[in-house]
Order: sequence, then C-alpha cells, then structure tokens
Amino acid sequence: MNAASAMSTGDLTRGAPAPGRAVRIAVKDLNFYYGSFHGLKNVNLNFHDRQVTALIGPSGCGKSTLLRCFNRIYSLYPEQRAEGQILLDGQNVLDSHVDLNELRSRIGMVFQKPTPFPMSIYDNVAFGLRLYEKLPKAELDVRVEESLRKSALWDEVKDKLKQAGTGLSGGQQQRLCIARTVAQKPEVILFDEPTSALDPISTGRIEELMEQLRDEFTIVIVTHNMQQAARISQYTAFMYLGELVEFGQTDKIFMNPTERRTQDYITGRFG
Amino acid sequence: MDAVNTLAMSPSRGSRVRPGRRIADRMLRVSCLVATVVGAVVLGSILLMLIVEGIRGFSPALFTQPTPGPGSEGGGIANAILGSLVLTTIGIVVAAPIGVMAGTFLAEYGRTSKLADVIRFLNDILLSAPSILIGLFVYTLMVRPMGSYSGWAGGVALAIIAVPVIVRTTEDMLRLVPGTLREAGAALGAPPSKVITSVTWKAASAGIVTGIILALARIAGETAPLLFTALNNNSWFSANLMGGVANLPVMIYQFALSPYPNWQGLAWAGALLITGTILALSIVARLVIKPQRSR
Repeated sequence: MNAASAMSTGDLTRGAPAPGRAVRIAVKDLNFYYGSFHGLKNVNLNFHDRQVTALIGPSGCGKSTLLRCFNRIYSLYPEQRAEGQILLDGQNVLDSHVDLNELRSRIGMVFQKPTPFPMSIYDNVAFGLRLYEKLPKAELDVRVEESLRKSALWDEVKDKLKQAGTGLSGGQQQRLCIARTVAQKPEVILFDEPTSALDPISTGRIEELMEQLRDEFTIVIVTHNMQQAARISQYTAFMYLGELVEFGQTDKIFMNPTERRTQDYITGRFG
Repeated sequence: MDAVNTLAMSPSRGSRVRPGRRIADRMLRVSCLVATVVGAVVLGSILLMLIVEGIRGFSPALFTQPTPGPGSEGGGIANAILGSLVLTTIGIVVAAPIGVMAGTFLAEYGRTSKLADVIRFLNDILLSAPSILIGLFVYTLMVRPMGSYSGWAGGVALAIIAVPVIVRTTEDMLRLVPGTLREAGAALGAPPSKVITSVTWKAASAGIVTGIILALARIAGETAPLLFTALNNNSWFSANLMGGVANLPVMIYQFALSPYPNWQGLAWAGALLITGTILALSIVARLVIKPQRSR
C-alpha cells in the first residue's frame, strides 16, 4: 500500500483484535533487578503476531523495564539483570548465547525522545542497513526510500536527504527514527512512550503510522496516555508496582476489567 | 493553608528588606566591580605594552632571517617560528590520538570502573603538574640517553602537556552526549565500537576539536619543558630533529634576559606573535563550538 495515499484517508479505524493470531513473544516468569531493587515480579505474558499491545500503568510500574527486556537494551548497564524467559519464536532471548546485535536487528526500538544521529537524513536511515549488509548504492537508495515512505516521511524529506537529521521538527525526527528502525525489517518494534514529547498533530500522525505498521510488525508500546492505548492497541496489559495486574483485549480491559485496580487506574482514581 | 495565605498577602517584599542586607548587597556589588576592574587593567596594560613594544620589532626580516649573533644588528626570528611550528605540530600529532582515545575510554568504556577513576585522578594531577617537571622528566628520559638536546624530546614534552587537556575535554564532551543516543545506536544492533565512532564521536566532534585547539594554544607558549629538551639553535632549522631546535618561547626567554637592545626587540616581537597566535586559536575554538550550541 502506498503510504502517502493511506495517510490522506486520515481515519483511525482501530482494527479488531484477531485472537487467532499466533503468539510471537512469550514472557515466562520474568524477574528484573536494578541492583537490589526488584523491578519486575514474575511477569507472564504473551504478545500476538502483528498486533499492537499497549503496556499501561503508573510511573515506575515496570512497563518500560519490561519493554527494555525484549531487546536486552538494559544490558548496557552492568547493574541491571533479568531472570526468566522471553521466547521469541521459541528462542529465549535472555539466553547468554544470544547474539545481541542480531537480536536487536530483529527487535527494533523507538524511544521517548527522538534520537536522530548527527548525520544526514539519508545516513540516519541507512545506518542500520549498513551495519550487516553490504548493499550496492542503488539498492540502498531503494531501501531508504521505502523505509521513509513506510514511516510517512518521504514526501517531506525527499528533496533534502543530505541535510542533517537533527534539523527536522520533533515529530519528523520521531518518524525518522521509525524509518531507521523499519529499514532493518525487524519482526517486532518496541515503542517507549513515542509521542510523549510531541504535539497532538505529530502524535496523530505517529498513531496513524502505527496502524499501518501493524500489517507487517508486531508492536509493543508503552504509553501514559490511556486514550492512546485505547485508540491504537488490540491488547492491553496493565502493570502496577512491578507486577502484571491484568492482560487482555483492549476493549475488554477498558470496558469491563476484571481487576479492581485496573478499573481504578483507567477511571483515573489513581496513577 | 493559612500560613500560605498570610505570606501571599504580606506587604511587598522591597520594604521589608533589612537595611543591613541592602548595604551588604551594595558592598558585594562594589567589590566585584573593583576586582573586575583591577583584573582588566592589569591584563590590558600587559597587552598594551606587548603591542606597543612588539610592533616596533615587526619587520619582514622577522619572518625571513634567522636569529642574529650577540651584539649584532638586524636579523629575525624565522628559525624560531619554524621550530615552534614543528615542535607544536609534533606535540599535537602525538597527543591528539592518545588524548582522544583515553578520553573515549573514560567516557564510554570505563565510566564508573575503578580503573577509570584512577586514570581520571592521575590525569587531573598531570593536568596541573608544573611544566618544568615535565621538561625534567623528558630530559631524563630522552635527552640524557641520547646525549643531546633534540627536537623530538621537545615535541614529546609538549605532547605530555597536551594529553591531559585533551583527555579531559574529550571525556567531558562525550559525557554531554545523551545516553539515549547510545541506546538508540545499540538498539539498531550496532556494536559499541560502531556507536562510538559514528554516533557519539560525531555528536561530540565540535567539542573534541575545540579541546585539541585549546591544547595547541596551551603548548604553543610553553617555555619550561623546552628549556630542558629542544633548547635552542641559532642556525637555520636543518630538518634535523636530533639536535636542538630553535623555538619562540626559549628564544624570548634568552633574548629578553640579554643586554642587547636588538635581541630584546626581537623577544618583544616574538612574544606578540605567540600571543596573537594563541588569541587566533582561541577564536577558532569558539567558532568551531558555535554551530553545535545553536542546534
């Protein structure tokens, strides 16, 4: 589908959950420690293939921590460790034999603040592509354009690919980061509060974009914005104090939660 | 709640300030001003004197002729200028890679490790070590075993002075790069070496280059380490770095202490030249860092 034409339709029809979709990531008895602080407690959770799963909960509940386990980005910090299993297509990503760089090329991540590298727009997108593939220039051009189209940025930057990525607006920078991630053709994309630093219009565009990305990628998003979770996700997990309180289809979590704490949180009684 | 209200409704703060407080405020302001004026006047008179005396000695011969013999007229300081250029070039070429690499280790790999703490501490000591000690160190290490003063020894001494400056600025500049940028690099599957060379170094490049330029400015005027190493050479620089090499700081030191007015004049001109060069380097350093700030 052409990204530009899809953009113009502009409606945010939330796809109905497809319960039949296979489990892509299975989290089993996951515990996480920041030094001696127990950040995640026995989390068990499944993420479905090509669905958007939202992680919600008050600050400090462990939702970002959980997200940072999937690509083991926490391992940049020696005092942080995870125990348990995270099975991606049956393989435990927490296993010490896993090649981190290969894992991270399969599981992409977009951060809260846009993180364009100090290089041109083109080089930003090509960064991940150049890491492990020796593509001829022509093919690289195609992949860069394709990624920028998928992230709905192509029309805005096609005439200034050589300009610095840091010169773009905040929302454009975030879409550039999405393009950079998409370019690697990962299987899963992790979004860590991707719109909390953006204005409502940019937020809307990113949400539309996620709707399209769902066709190809399994998406996990951490968000503080419950309307956003309700708008874009098919599944929602509510976390509190390092525990998974409730997980289910988004409609169910928001309309008819089983747990009292979930009810209180989504109705704004705490958090 | 009540306490907050009474505070908010109290009369305007200005009339409630005790008179003593106001006098103290004025005194602090005046003493700051006086101190600034004293500093500026001292600095200004040094510069003025330097410019007046230095310009008198300026002539084309300064740049074309070597230093004259004692008591003779004319001559220039071309050999000292060339020698200084060569020595500082050796110094910075040796120091820049070592300094940048060591700073990178401290900021990226070592971070909070014990080893990094020790290196950081030693580097700070080296940063403030008297430069004459460095001169003596290189004298013992190179000049004595090799049997003569040499340009190489001078270059090495200057490098040792430049390294801690570059280490420090490189580490500081790399630490300013937000951690999320490193995470973003790692999240794309880039190994640390790739993240460092193509993301963090690039993000900090203006600051790192500025550090190198400032180190250059620092060693351009160093005298003490050269007294024990490169010393001097009154003839034309012969591309022989195994012997003594003329250089501006030592030339100024020797000529300024001499009884000959001609030599003294050349010393003034040399001093003005060095000061101007350092000023220019500092301005370049500022220009380099500017685009980064405006981003």
